[in-house]
Amino acid sequence: MSSRYTFGGDEHIFVEVDEAMSLEAFFVSLSMTNAVRDANIKGVTEICPANASFQIKFNPDVIHPNDLMAELKRLEATAESAEPVLDTRIIEIPVYYQDPWTHETLMRFRERHQDPDATDIEYAARVNGYDSVETFIEAHSGAPWFVSMVGFVSGLPFLYQMVDRPRQIEVPKYLRPRTDTPRLTVGYGGCFSCIYSVRGAGGYQMFGITPMPIYDPEQKVSYLQDFMVFFKPGDIVKWKPISREEYDTAIEEVQAGTFAPRIRNVRFSLDEYNADIDGTNAKLMEALHAD
Amino acid sequence: MPINVISAGIATTIQDMGRPGYYHLGIPMGGAMDRLALRAANLLVGNDEEAAGLESVFVGPELEFTEDATVAVCGAELPPKLDGEPRETWTAFPVKAGQVLSFDFLKSGARAYIAISGGIATPPMLGSRSTYAIGALGGVEGRAVQPGDTLPLGKGSKPVREGLSVPANLRRGPGNPAELRVLPGLYWHRITEQAQKDFFDDTWKVANEADRMGYRFQGGRKLEFVEREQPFGAGADPSNITDACYPYGSVQVPSGTEPIVLHRDAVSGGGYFMIGTVISADMDLIGQLQPHTPTRFVKVDMDTALAARHDRASTINAIREALA
Repeated sequence: MSSRYTFGGDEHIFVEVDEAMSLEAFFVSLSMTNAVRDANIKGVTEICPANASFQIKFNPDVIHPNDLMAELKRLEATAESAEPVLDTRIIEIPVYYQDPWTHETLMRFRERHQDPDATDIEYAARVNGYDSVETFIEAHSGAPWFVSMVGFVSGLPFLYQMVDRPRQIEVPKYLRPRTDTPRLTVGYGGCFSCIYSVRGAGGYQMFGITPMPIYDPEQKVSYLQDFMVFFKPGDIVKWKPISREEYDTAIEEVQAGTFAPRIRNVRFSLDEYNADIDGTNAKLMEALHAD
Repeated sequence: MPINVISAGIATTIQDMGRPGYYHLGIPMGGAMDRLALRAANLLVGNDEEAAGLESVFVGPELEFTEDATVAVCGAELPPKLDGEPRETWTAFPVKAGQVLSFDFLKSGARAYIAISGGIATPPMLGSRSTYAIGALGGVEGRAVQPGDTLPLGKGSKPVREGLSVPANLRRGPGNPAELRVLPGLYWHRITEQAQKDFFDDTWKVANEADRMGYRFQGGRKLEFVEREQPFGAGADPSNITDACYPYGSVQVPSGTEPIVLHRDAVSGGGYFMIGTVISADMDLIGQLQPHTPTRFVKVDMDTALAARHDRASTINAIREALA
């Protein structure tokens, strides 16, 4: 893997770790951005990790773009030698698949879709070779996911599934983006799942909805009182399919301020994962459901 | 004492110099699209030059003052009126309690910056009063200004000379055709040599979709891509990339047809390739482009970008000295 460095005007350096998505590329992006943060370089104002790339914003009045470029390339060696181990958290996110709200929305935008006669999840199941929506949901919610980027809009997580490539789900985005997506829609585009943190435009396929707010500028939600954004890159997520009744109960709990997502601290090793994917995921599930 | 909003114009928002530091979470810097204009307006009324003012697009608001103040309007040529009497843009003028500030029709530019002595004192969020409506941050309850709102004013502005004015040679605006300088880079290698030439040779026009998030351009030739097998995770269209960060000012071209330049309320990332970035010195100009304005993109290198950045800083310094 050889990173490609390029300037984004006079205030950004953009580094593409790899053209293709992989956990290896994500880990390099994460360790590079950590190394840049630790180096505390004067003039650096924003450090943004992404799926297989990252971006540094800087003030060129403080540091010359060429000097920062040289400094970043120097840090690449440090980052590459870093052990790909991450102390992080695993979070269980309830998902009400095929809910009435995303269904109503997707029906309004059928003319922008590849397959106007199917729903988004029926289409995704079919193009990925699943014989039913139920088995597709089992695959989507079976293995955990890495939050590989937070962005697009306020606190929106992109998630990448922790399975080998043949099992990875790939779904095209809408032909033309929708002008509306319900808040907290669980979506899918390319090889990424996402949660729409706010209502708005979107091009990802819509599979369901979570009752769990992930962005709250007023910080009234109990678990968002420290900061208004829930996710950070490196979080691990496990989807938990829920029924309408469970969804309604969770919404009541959120409103009462008693909803508490299940969160456990875990250590993840990329080498262990690559040696035994299913075994590593099984251990993560044990940690999630312990006590 | 507050200002009463009688009418709000089309999209009047409270803006200051924004909230850097949260782009990695999808929360953009935001703030005035034309920062030079807001700085000038603040200096004219004796405010800290990064104080919050109003950014009005095409149509100005109608504001009733409940205390005496000094006001200045910079940026677009949106002529102010006080109780119906014309006032100059780029010039400080006094307002008495009970008077109403309104605006005539737009003559040129797109965004007017209204600074009021004391500055607008709505509660800051994440260190800024700037309105970021998508994320419901800043402004009035996270949204644009509406009729019936009352806008609190701060204290601590310096006394100023009435009639103080920004010299005409320091008022910066786009020409016609507008010229935006672009540093090629990012995914520039994804388009053919011919397309790289066409992009800078063609005259584009500002499309109707032009807002704080970004400006779309139309009318140039379609960009052809260098053929490749799409990498895993990128998506099927040749303009797709594995979702990545978007620099402020970056020029993305979905399907190779209509370039979009991301601005202060940029989406922080996504799956479209970018061919380069508008240089920091020219970002202010974009905020003053009306739809249908002919626009040329001008290819520059880093040395030129840094020299232009220096020139813009010198202009702001000259404004400070002229108004000191």
